[in-house]
Amino acid sequence: MNPVVEIEHVWFWYTFPPASQPVLEDISLTVFADDFLGLVGPNGGGKTTLLRLILGLIRPQRGTIRVFGTSPAQVRHRIGYVPQHARVDVAIPATVLDVVLTGRLHRSRWGVCYGRADRLAAENALERVGLKHLAGRPWQSLSGGQRQRALIARALAAESQLLLLDEPTANIDLPSEQTLTDLLHELSRHIPIVLASHDIAFVTTHMKRVACLNRRLTVHRVDELSSDRLREIYGQDVCTIVHRPGCPLFDSGCRQGCRLAGETSSL
Amino acid sequence: MIGFLRDLPDNPFLLTGLLAGLLSALACGLIGPYVVGRRMVLLSGAIAHAAVGGVGLAIFLAAYAPTASRWIDPLTGGLIVAVAAAIFIAVAETRWGSMPETLLAAMWALGMSLGVLLAKMTPGYQSQLMAFLFGNISYVSWRQVKTLVLLDALLAAATALFHKQFLAFCLDREQAELQGVSAAVVNGVLLVLAAIAVIVLAQVVGLVMVITLLTLPAATAAIFVNSIAAVILVSTLVAAVLTTLPRMLVYGTVISAESAIVIAAVGTYLAALAVREGLGRLVGKGPKA
Repeated sequence: MNPVVEIEHVWFWYTFPPASQPVLEDISLTVFADDFLGLVGPNGGGKTTLLRLILGLIRPQRGTIRVFGTSPAQVRHRIGYVPQHARVDVAIPATVLDVVLTGRLHRSRWGVCYGRADRLAAENALERVGLKHLAGRPWQSLSGGQRQRALIARALAAESQLLLLDEPTANIDLPSEQTLTDLLHELSRHIPIVLASHDIAFVTTHMKRVACLNRRLTVHRVDELSSDRLREIYGQDVCTIVHRPGCPLFDSGCRQGCRLAGETSSL
Repeated sequence: MIGFLRDLPDNPFLLTGLLAGLLSALACGLIGPYVVGRRMVLLSGAIAHAAVGGVGLAIFLAAYAPTASRWIDPLTGGLIVAVAAAIFIAVAETRWGSMPETLLAAMWALGMSLGVLLAKMTPGYQSQLMAFLFGNISYVSWRQVKTLVLLDALLAAATALFHKQFLAFCLDREQAELQGVSAAVVNGVLLVLAAIAVIVLAQVVGLVMVITLLTLPAATAAIFVNSIAAVILVSTLVAAVLTTLPRMLVYGTVISAESAIVIAAVGTYLAALAVREGLGRLVGKGPKA
């Protein structure tokens, strides 16, 4: 399987020269074309930083990152990115469709208006996230959860070949989460997805592989361990991972990933 | 108003003033929505006031180096300094993320004081400087009208080519960058266009009050319509009414046309806000965020 993202021995500091601790320390990670990778870790663990490195918005001080075999900045238009917080600024009125259409900017032609193909793609993307009926609404009339879904539509409209999502479930209610999960499962059959979340239950339930990130990074296969006993206790949807010594989450005291998963899912 | 229309065929300055007003309205509609959307209202104010320095320099050079005045008139002087100020802000923003407010204020005041200083050092009454500071819609020359056409054409061409990039940048800088748009370049282009618009509009209401025309028609339009295309259209119309009707109404009175335009622009915006608040209460909702 072809590697889509190759991260090799990456170190990152927000303030360099490194007087303080790095945000990321010696990270190596390969994302493959069929990957559906969960990125879990505590707040401040470096999840968003790692995603921004993959996008080429920031550069590592040490190590190399290659996306689609080249430098991230050159291919970032092929990556769909859904940030954790909607940073859409509507000082001037814009409709939901206007915002989603900006995902087509790189593909669109010169001129004042987006073409028919761009509009179709944007409407299609809104339909997939269940927001087609809101296309003509002003952006600021949307709720937080609806905005999050509209941003996913923006990434879909771009017809990206890699999808990076930062805490996509943070503002979303349960029915919408189910819709989103179904959508992600369907998408993951066609494109690789990396999803950062602090919601370990969500990640372990749906992802094929999990990367634990807390300054350092370890990758687990989700089926490495999901004990029958846990299934009895927490219901069969909960599978889990066991953090071994050396895993950054183990070292930060999370020895029983299972317990965390159970707690979250029982909420 | 009847007096204005009666004198229009006889007084060529009424026609050039009318044309200057309409050409300025087009500039308002083309760039105003981006100035509001990109939140660069104060940046534009600083650029306008910095440009006074260029106007003063041109006037000074005209008196002491007459050969230089052949290629630098007050309009060109203002334009050069305005564009330079815009580029300076763009570079500062790229470097520091945002323009430090104190540096902006310093630029604002320095331009004004240099302009006034240079004009004071020039003998005679500086009607050209006063015209630039407070507007001179009653005595617009054909040469100025031609320059306005050129500047408008530049703004129109830039909007036609880069509207999507500008809008994407205003809405979400980071996402625009991910779509292959250079945020630094778009930011610089928008600031330079705003600087050009400032000089265009200064012909009508003067550099000191130019900010009202640059932003209030767009802000008024944004209250009532939901898409940027509609904002561009409506703000052009609002600006066209504002640059023509008030000055016709006060024609022949002691009220200055420039002040009438500015007061009408502010009045229209405040009335629009009041209507929005009133409508919001009528349908039982608060104002939109």
